[in-house]
Amino acid sequence: MGHSQFDDEEHITTTSDERLIYMANQIGKFFVARPLDQAVKGMAKHIADFWDPRMRAKIRAHVESGGEGLDPLACEAIASLQK
Amino acid sequence: MALIKEIDYGTPAPRVPDGVELATVTLTIDGQTVTVPEGTSIMRAAQMIGTTIPKLCATDNMAAFGSCRMCLIEIEGRGGTPASCTTPAANGIVVHTQTDKLKRLRNGVMELYISDHPLDCLTCAANGDCELQDTAGAVGLREVRYGYDGRNHVFAKTNGLANPDFIKKDDSNPYFTYDPSKCIVCNRCVRACDEVQGTFALTISGRGLDSRVSPGQNDPFLSSECVSCGACVQACPTATLTEKAVIDIGQPEHSAVTTCAYCGVGCTFKAEMRGEQLVRMVPWKDGKANHGHSCVKGRFAWGYATHRERITKPMIRATIHEPWREVSWEEAIRHTASEFKRIQEKYGKRSVGGITSSRCTNEESFLVQKLIRQGFGNNNVDTCARVCHSPTGYGLSQTYGTSAGTQDFDSVEDTDVILVIGANPPDAHPVFASRMKQRIREGAKLIVIDPRKTDLVRSAHIEADFHLPLRPSTNVAMLNALAHVVVTEGLVDEDFVRERCDWDEFQDWAEFVARPDHSPEAVAEYLGVSADDVRGAARLYATGGRAAIYYGLGVTEHSQGSTAVIAIANLAMATGNVGRKGVGVNPLRGQNNVQGACDMGSFPHELAGYRHISNDVVRKQFGDMWGVELDAEPGLRIPNMFDAAVDGVFKGMYVQGEDILQSDPDTVHVSAGLAALECLVVQDLFLNETATFAHVFLPGCSFLEKDGTFTNAERRIQLIRKVMAPKNGYGDWEVTQLLAREMGLDWNYEHPSQIMDEIAALTPTFANVSFAMLAEKGSVQWPCNDAAPEGTPTMHIDKFVRGKGRFMLTEYVPTDERVGPRFPLLLTTGRILSQYNVGAQTRRTANSTWHEKDVLEIHPQDAEDRGVRDGDLIKLKSRAGAIALHAKISEKVAPGVVYTTFHHPDTQANVITTDYSDWATNCPEYKVTAVQVTLANGPTEWQERYDIFARESRKVAVEPAE
Ligand code: SF4
Ligand code: SF4
Ligand code: SF4
Ligand code: FES
Repeated sequence: MGHSQFDDEEHITTTSDERLIYMANQIGKFFVARPLDQAVKGMAKHIADFWDPRMRAKIRAHVESGGEGLDPLACEAIASLQK
Repeated sequence: MALIKEIDYGTPAPRVPDGVELATVTLTIDGQTVTVPEGTSIMRAAQMIGTTIPKLCATDNMAAFGSCRMCLIEIEGRGGTPASCTTPAANGIVVHTQTDKLKRLRNGVMELYISDHPLDCLTCAANGDCELQDTAGAVGLREVRYGYDGRNHVFAKTNGLANPDFIKKDDSNPYFTYDPSKCIVCNRCVRACDEVQGTFALTISGRGLDSRVSPGQNDPFLSSECVSCGACVQACPTATLTEKAVIDIGQPEHSAVTTCAYCGVGCTFKAEMRGEQLVRMVPWKDGKANHGHSCVKGRFAWGYATHRERITKPMIRATIHEPWREVSWEEAIRHTASEFKRIQEKYGKRSVGGITSSRCTNEESFLVQKLIRQGFGNNNVDTCARVCHSPTGYGLSQTYGTSAGTQDFDSVEDTDVILVIGANPPDAHPVFASRMKQRIREGAKLIVIDPRKTDLVRSAHIEADFHLPLRPSTNVAMLNALAHVVVTEGLVDEDFVRERCDWDEFQDWAEFVARPDHSPEAVAEYLGVSADDVRGAARLYATGGRAAIYYGLGVTEHSQGSTAVIAIANLAMATGNVGRKGVGVNPLRGQNNVQGACDMGSFPHELAGYRHISNDVVRKQFGDMWGVELDAEPGLRIPNMFDAAVDGVFKGMYVQGEDILQSDPDTVHVSAGLAALECLVVQDLFLNETATFAHVFLPGCSFLEKDGTFTNAERRIQLIRKVMAPKNGYGDWEVTQLLAREMGLDWNYEHPSQIMDEIAALTPTFANVSFAMLAEKGSVQWPCNDAAPEGTPTMHIDKFVRGKGRFMLTEYVPTDERVGPRFPLLLTTGRILSQYNVGAQTRRTANSTWHEKDVLEIHPQDAEDRGVRDGDLIKLKSRAGAIALHAKISEKVAPGVVYTTFHHPDTQANVITTDYSDWATNCPEYKVTAVQVTLANGPTEWQERYDIFARESRKVAVEPAE
C-alpha cells in the first residue's frame, strides 16, 4: 500500500511549496498593520525564529526566482533574511 | 502505605474575599479554649481541636443543613440543644458536646434511623466505611425497640404483601448503584449535586416518611440529568449510593495521592487500592485545583489501564503491510536505534524527529526532547500543544512575557464578571465549570461568546447575562469590537495602562481599535450579533468589577488563533484586569499535561522554560550539561514534519503517547506523510490509529504505573504516584532512556525525581521544584524559585514578566475557508464530557454508555432544507474529504453552522478538517471548515478503505509453536 491508497479523489491537495507561500503571506497579514520598516523586521524575525532551515532556504530560493504568489511585504521580509 | 483518611470538619471554612481579614472569636468547648475565624460553626471549631461531634447530614464541602439532629450540643446560659452544624461559634460561649441529656437525645434519634434501616451490615458494601455505623457506635446505641412490622422502606414485602414503600435498587449507572432501602434521607447527595457539582439532578420527593431521593421525575440515574460526577456517591454516608467497584472488590486498604491523567484541570485523587487492584478514585480535599470534586472521567474512567486491548509486549515489522511480530525489549530497542542511525546516515541529521506527549509526565517529555536534541542532534521535536494551545504560548509571551495563564482556579471566587470565549467548561473542564457556576450562583455576571448555545449559556440556576453567538471564525473582529467600545466610550483604566504598559504602543492600539470600521455597528452583520449586545457585553466587562477572561480551543484553533489571544490580552490590559485575584487571562488547557509538555521544551524553537534555541547562553548551558553542542536552528513543527516527509527528506519519527493520525487535521495529508516514513515508532497503551502506519510499537504504561509530575492549566505542578507495577515492564521514561542508551547516550536516571532535579537546574522558573518539595506542599505553581519560594498563584502582580505590557495591533483577516455554493455550511468541532480527546482511553470504559458515537448537530432549518431527519446517516463533505455519520437535530447550533466531536476513529472527523492553520504557530484551524451535508446510504469510500487497511495493519503474527 503506497501513497495512492491514501489518495482520496475528493481531497484537494496542496504542495508543500504552495503551503510555504500561503504561510508566508498569512504572517505578512499580521504585520502589515505596522509601519513598513517595523513590518519587514517583525516578519523576518518571525520566520527566522520559527521556520526550520530547509523551509527558510526554500522560500528564499522562491523569492530569488521571482517570488510568484508572495505579497510584497512577504517578499521584502524574506529577502532580508540572513543566509 | 495506609489508607489516607481526611478529617471531615462538618461545615466549610468561612470564605475570605480577597483583601478582607476576618475577625476571630474565642470560645470554650468541653473545657478547651479555641480561637476561630468569625462565621465558623461550633461543629467545625470542635473538630479543629480534635473533638468530633456525631453528625449525619453535615459534611465539610457543603453548607450546613441541620436536619439529622445528631450533632446537638448544650451552650451554658442558652436554653435548648442547638445543632452544632448550624450554630456559629461566638465569643465567650461555653459549649458541652457530651452530657446525659445529649446522649439520650442522640440515642433516641439514632434508634429511629436504625428502625428503618436494614441490619445486614456484615454483607453490606459499605461495611467499614459507613457513617451510620460509625455514628451508631459513637452515640452508644445498644438496642432498637421498634421492629420492622410497621411501615418501612427496607423490605420488598411486609407480612407477605408487596410493600408500597419499597423501591428497588437502581443500577442503571455503569459506575454506581442507588439502593433506596438504605437511604436515611440526609440530603447530602442532593446538596452535593446542587452545591458542589451544580447540576441539580436530584430532588427529595415526598414528605416525612414518604420522602425519597430521586433523580428527576423518578427517572433512573442513567436517563436523568445526572452527569455521573460521583459527588453524591462520595457524600452519601451510607451504602445507598455506592461505587460498583466497591461492591465487586470490597473496601480498599491503602491509598496514594495522585493526579488525574485526563484534562487540564488537574484534579488530585486518592487512588484507593486493594493490593495492586484499584478500587476507587476519591477526589482529594487538599487538591488545590479540585478541592475534593471530580468529573466522571477522573473518578470512574480508569478501567482502560487493564483493558484487554492493551498491548504489553514490544512489536516490530519491516513494512506496514506485514503483521506485527512480538519481540523482546532488547530487540525492539536495538532495532529502533539502528533504524534511526541508518536513516540519519543516509538522509542526514535532520531527517528524524519526535513528538512528546501531553498525556505523559513532565519528566517524560523532557527526556524525549533531550533525546532528540542531544542524541539525534537536531531540534525536530514538537508536541500536540501545536494543535491546541500553541497560539496561547505565542500570544501571551508576546504581550505579557510568559506562555501561560495568569491566575489560579481559586481566583474565580473573587471574580465579578466572567467572560467565557470559545470554551465549553461544563464539557471540557467540568470541575472548573462547577466552581465557575458556584460563583455565578453567588452573583457573578456571565458573558458567553460562542457560536453554540453551550450549557453554560443556560442551565440550572445559571443564565448568561450576554450570549454573543458569533459566526465561527470571527473572534478577532468580535474582540476588536469589544475593544472599540472600551476605548471610544472612555472605559479604559488609564492609570493601569500608564503605569504598567508601554504608553506609545497603547496609543497606537487605541487609535487602531477606535476606527469606525471596528465598531460593533460596522461588524454586526458578519458577526451575526447585534451591536447592542456587543456594547452591553463590553460595558459589563469593563465596568462590572473584577473581570476575568476564560478561553479555550474555540479561540486558538483558527487561522487567527494567535491574533485572538493577543486581542484578549490587549482587552484585559486596557481595562486593568491583570495582576490581582479575580481577574486575568485564563487559557483552559485541553490535555492533562499540555502546559507541562510546553514548559519542558517540547517546541522545536525553544528549550525548557521558553527560551529560544538561538539564545547562545542558554543553549550552551544545556549543551554543557549534556556534553554536546546543540543545533542552534529551530526544528520542524508537526505539520512541517508531514510536509517534509511527503517531500522525502524526513524519514523517521518517535511518537510518544499521541495519536496524531486521529487528532491532527486533514487526515488524508497526515496519512500520506506517515506512509512516507521509513521508521515510525509509536509508544502507547493501545494500537492507536497512528500505529497503523508504524514499524515499531513500544508499549507504554498508564499514569497508575509510574511516578512523575503533571502541570495543569494554572501552572500547578503535581505528583502522580505509582500504585501498581507497569504491565509492560517499564515506565515510559525508562523506555526513552533505554533508547537513548542504545543510541550511545550516557543516561543513568534511577527515578523520575532525578529528571526533575535536572529540569530545575536548567530552568529558572523551576529552580526550587523537587519531588520532595511537592510531596511536602502537595503542589506548587511555577515560577517557583528563590524570588517566589511558595510558587506564584497570580502572575504579573506589580509588573509584567516582560517589563511593560505590550499592546499589539490585531487586524482582522477573514479566513480563506469560506462558505460558498459547494460548501454552504460551517463545521465547528468540540468535545463532550464523558469522552476525552481521541477517546483511546474513555472509549475503553463504560463512559461510552453516554457517547457511543460522534454525531453531527445540525439546526432544524438546515436539516429540513436537506430532507435530513434526526438520526439519519448523512454525508459530511469538505474540500479535504468526506465522512458519513449520524445527524442530531439541535437548536444549540445556529442556522448555517454544524457541529461534531472527534472522539471516535470510525467517524474520523479530521478527514474533513483542512490544512489551514494559525499564521504564527501553525495550530490547525479545527474550528472552521466549510462543508455540505447530504443524505448518505453508507460509509464513504475513504472510511471503508481506511477501515479495511486499519484492521489489516493491526494484525499480530501468531508465534509458531517452539
Ligand atoms: S453523580 Fe453528580 S450529577 Fe449525578 S446525581 Fe450525583 S452529584 Fe448529581
Ligand atoms: S442517598 Fe445517601 S446521601 Fe442521599 S439522602 Fe440517602 S443516605 Fe443521604
Ligand atoms: S478529567 Fe479533568 S475535571 Fe475530570 S477529574 Fe480529571 S482533571 Fe478533573
Ligand atoms: S449534622 Fe447537624 S443536624 Fe445533621
